[in-house]
Amino acid sequence: MATLITIYSLLIIALIVSLIKSKEKSKKAFKVALKALLKTAPSLLTVLGIVGLTLGILTPEIISKLVGAEAGFLATIIAALLGAITLIPSLVAFPLAGSLLRSGATVMTISAFITTLVMVGIVTAPLEIKILGKKFTLLRNGLGFMAALLIAGMMGVIL
Amino acid sequence: MMENVKKFKVPILIFLIFVILALLNPTIASRSTQVTWDYFKEMALILPPVFLLMGLMEVWVPKDKIQKWIGSGSGIKGGLISLILGTLPTGPLYVAFPMTATLVRKGASITNMVIFLGSWAALKIPQLMVEVKFLGVSFTGLRFVLTLIALVIMGLIMETVLGRHVGMDWLPPESNETMKKKGY
Repeated sequence: MATLITIYSLLIIALIVSLIKSKEKSKKAFKVALKALLKTAPSLLTVLGIVGLTLGILTPEIISKLVGAEAGFLATIIAALLGAITLIPSLVAFPLAGSLLRSGATVMTISAFITTLVMVGIVTAPLEIKILGKKFTLLRNGLGFMAALLIAGMMGVIL
Repeated sequence: MMENVKKFKVPILIFLIFVILALLNPTIASRSTQVTWDYFKEMALILPPVFLLMGLMEVWVPKDKIQKWIGSGSGIKGGLISLILGTLPTGPLYVAFPMTATLVRKGASITNMVIFLGSWAALKIPQLMVEVKFLGVSFTGLRFVLTLIALVIMGLIMETVLGRHVGMDWLPPESNETMKKKGY
């Protein structure tokens, strides 16, 4: 809700200023926006479908079972993969991570899950590739995944 | 017609998977449909204004300013600006992709854009507050510091590998320059 209010108020202000300064340029902005939206439409639909499929299968209960069932290094890898695949809102993810931590998962496992969850987005990759290019997307997500494992390892040692 | 089918072949394939899933496991299929529908509603509300904002940025924001603030020569200041922009409460990551594309075209450095996207995804202020509540201050603080260091290193690596060549052929190539030439 806050997101919507922020974006729409920004847009309204920007639009008013733009229209006052130049109708021509505002028209151009609309054209750029429409073109970009149409060109990304197939990737958007793809992402929507994949999000539904992954979250329909990997529910919070299934994730806690998968992460909680194993211990040690394997659990961390599974957690990192689950985090990379899923796209869960933080209001669901953090309570889930907190309850997993209390029920015996290690700090390393939980930080692997949280860090890949926020840094790596496999389901949004089709959209990222469309907008920012294949190389950029593969590098950002690949390096992000490796970084997440390193971060998890360090957090496990420190905390 | 054929061209359109080709463009939408992945979404069509996914739709078929939904149909098969509905026959094999209606429970999962209905849950998946619900999730997709929820995200569709969210995207339908958020994306049109975001793309319009991107269009306005494309038309109005001067290239030299972006270059100066967050370009290759902007140093630590550019990194800090990108970090602050990223951590502001502004919505899901897919909103940041079109913004990033415009900023790169306006001369933002790859390093700064990796910091921007990364902090948008991983270091958002409202998200950090939820994290502190459920995982504690030391967990959140340590993750923040390590993630930030990782983002800077990732950015530098990516800038070295990619140079300035980011594939973004989907945006009209010339808009800003032609505007200038036409003297608007």
